[in-house]
Amino acid sequence: MSVLIDNLPLLLRGFWMTLVLSVLAWIGAMVLGTVLAGLRVSPSAPLRGLGYTYVELVRNTPLTVVFFFMAFGLPQLDLALPSFFWSGLLALVLYTAAFVCEAIRSGINAVPPGQAEAARALGMPFGQVLGQVVLPQAIRTVIPPLGNVWIALVKNSSIASAFAVTELTAVLSRLSNATAGALVWIGLGVALGYLVITLPSGWAVSRFERRLAVLR
Amino acid sequence: MRITRYAAALAAGVVLAGCSSSAGDQAADQAENTVAVETEASFAAGTTMAELNEAGSITIGTKFDQPGFGLLNPSGTPEGFDVEMGKIIAAKLGIPEDGVEFVETVSANREAFIQNGTVDLVIATYTINDARKQVVDFAGPYYTAGQDIMVAAGNPEGIAGPDDLAGKNVCSVEGSTPAENIRTNYPQAQLTLFDVYSKCADALANGQVDAVTTDNVILTGLVANGGDAFELVGNPFTEEPYGIGLTKDDTEFRNFLNDVLEESFEDGSWEAAWDATAGAITGTPAPEPPAVDRY
Amino acid sequence: MSSLLYDIPGPKARARNRVLTAVGALVVAGLVALAVWRLVVNDQLDGDRWAVLFDPRTEVPQALLRALGRTLQVAVIGMVLATVLGALLAIGRLSDRRWISRPVTVVVEFFRAVPLLLLILFSFIFIPAIGTPVSPFAALLLGLVLYNMSVLAEIFRSGILSVARGQWEAGYALGLRKSQLMTTVLLPQAVRRMLPVLIAQLVVLLKDTSLGYIVTYSELLRTARSLVEFFGNTYSFQFYVAAAVIYILVNLLISSIARLVERRTRKDRKARAVGPVGLPDEITPVVVPGGGPDRSR
Repeated sequence: MSVLIDNLPLLLRGFWMTLVLSVLAWIGAMVLGTVLAGLRVSPSAPLRGLGYTYVELVRNTPLTVVFFFMAFGLPQLDLALPSFFWSGLLALVLYTAAFVCEAIRSGINAVPPGQAEAARALGMPFGQVLGQVVLPQAIRTVIPPLGNVWIALVKNSSIASAFAVTELTAVLSRLSNATAGALVWIGLGVALGYLVITLPSGWAVSRFERRLAVLR
Repeated sequence: MRITRYAAALAAGVVLAGCSSSAGDQAADQAENTVAVETEASFAAGTTMAELNEAGSITIGTKFDQPGFGLLNPSGTPEGFDVEMGKIIAAKLGIPEDGVEFVETVSANREAFIQNGTVDLVIATYTINDARKQVVDFAGPYYTAGQDIMVAAGNPEGIAGPDDLAGKNVCSVEGSTPAENIRTNYPQAQLTLFDVYSKCADALANGQVDAVTTDNVILTGLVANGGDAFELVGNPFTEEPYGIGLTKDDTEFRNFLNDVLEESFEDGSWEAAWDATAGAITGTPAPEPPAVDRY
Repeated sequence: MSSLLYDIPGPKARARNRVLTAVGALVVAGLVALAVWRLVVNDQLDGDRWAVLFDPRTEVPQALLRALGRTLQVAVIGMVLATVLGALLAIGRLSDRRWISRPVTVVVEFFRAVPLLLLILFSFIFIPAIGTPVSPFAALLLGLVLYNMSVLAEIFRSGILSVARGQWEAGYALGLRKSQLMTTVLLPQAVRRMLPVLIAQLVVLLKDTSLGYIVTYSELLRTARSLVEFFGNTYSFQFYVAAAVIYILVNLLISSIARLVERRTRKDRKARAVGPVGLPDEITPVVVPGGGPDRSR
């Protein structure tokens, strides 16, 4: 127990890094994911193909591999990122965006077809149909799955520990030479750090879902 | 000389010519280096030696990712100096080579593996220190390494020792003793910490870090394997006596291991093991063996 | 469905689309060409560097193949165990007895909320620490099963709940006990309808086996790293590309099987009794990153 108190500053710093990494990756993934979803429902077949290829490629690649290519593959293309924090962040953004895209796309498809038809009947072009009529309505059904993508993202950020980002899980590696008894406590502390983020997020998602169910 | 292991093997035409066990030329050397199994060995009843001899098998924990000391080859067998030391000990216990099983240990589980009996011995670039002596016993040392620095070829940053690391981006493995050493004694160095050294080598090759630091034997392996992209500073600034970890308070077994080590220093098998593994990679002759510490 | 979002393009729109398409294709082609050019400049496309992957004398192809075998082994065994335990947990969570449903809920929620990497690491460090030896395979398997059984429990639960209300009522009206209702009416229908999702989850699980590196299990990705360590960092890019390509090919294969099964299920009249809830309404099953929970369905 005392080992937990001794290393509290370390754990808190790790927790903060996990939070920063997750929030920034979340913002990036939302932006990229929305663009990808737009591509996937767009009138241009090649653009749809591009979106589809991206999602299929990323979704079928282990995140660790994505991390590796962002950290050590990009320099082979002479693309230098300022630090390994940025390559880790980019890996999480690119990976999570594929899932954000799919969540939004199924949300778009859940909007009653009559809505889009009515908008088109009013003479709206694709951009307006999507941006002003369909997406605002899709948001509601999309929030629970996006919430789940957020939870998964927070947990996935633990892989960054193997790529030179000193977040929460890295604390466990750093203290791996400690005695086994001490490690149990550190491990529990690290797990608690994730639970503090993921459990409330999970509750928020299911509350929102229940409210949604009533509204329907 | 831009010779990588694959290119070298192709050039020499030795890739698997009549050798079914390995891709490299190393295994072929090792085959000639096998120590004769002590078939007549007998031990006092009740000792660990007698048990192992009776069972005809031994499980040894080693690293699988340290070129020169313990490295997994493509056919899935570990090779290196630590592995050869394990084979020497097994032979003296009267255990045939097919009775020796190597299990991968990492820094986090070496003590646990000894304590719960997953392995009989740990030979895994395992530095003897007082904290570890609290939970396990050590035979040896059988080699003395030292923390050193690896830089890009030509040493563009002009790093000659740990004091030059201030303000530089230095790569090591999170949780390792070398990383902790830098953190406490050279706090001005910027640490980049991965989970394995091969990522450090990638980062150095790409210019993402300025230097890599850990035990010199691990670094020499990376230098030898890195085309001609890296070089060793060659100025070790710590002493890391590598020992053989065993169950705490098994004094008879520890004495036996120390005897075997001293014997191997004398009869040339220690030197042969070095020449076939770490020495073959780095092209350096075997150093003077260290004095065994019977604490 | 998405075609509802825009009118059937007229001649003008078609012309505009063609222009946009051409521009888009040029941009993509340009980026790819740029990437290839940089790789060439950095010697990464050097034939010798790639030859090592295909030369059986290096034992590299064999090593990768064996590693794929170990990856599939832990994935398949993990999937079977996680499915069975997940179904049990789902039934437990739906139990009317609080002393069953409460602890089951805690277990499910806990294992879904902790990073899988941490679960695998826990199994590897802590179980030996309390005196039981655990092999890398067992540690990885345990972590994967604990996590995936919880995810699957939720998928099963929503599947069971999605069976039309009338079927529950009909079952009760016939005097079935809840356990009978569950085993003879609800589960068979739910499982049939869940099959595509189960296969999609296999993709997630397969990808997650790559976390085995942390417990020294020689799966595909870890083997790629071992090969890098053996042959030197000159070959890093090549070995990791090889691993990535193998993962993608195998997963695409599994995904297409999932799609095939789903199309067949849709045609299946027996499966149609179950509502669309608990299933992705897409042709491609929605898979949440890292096997994350997706209770939205």
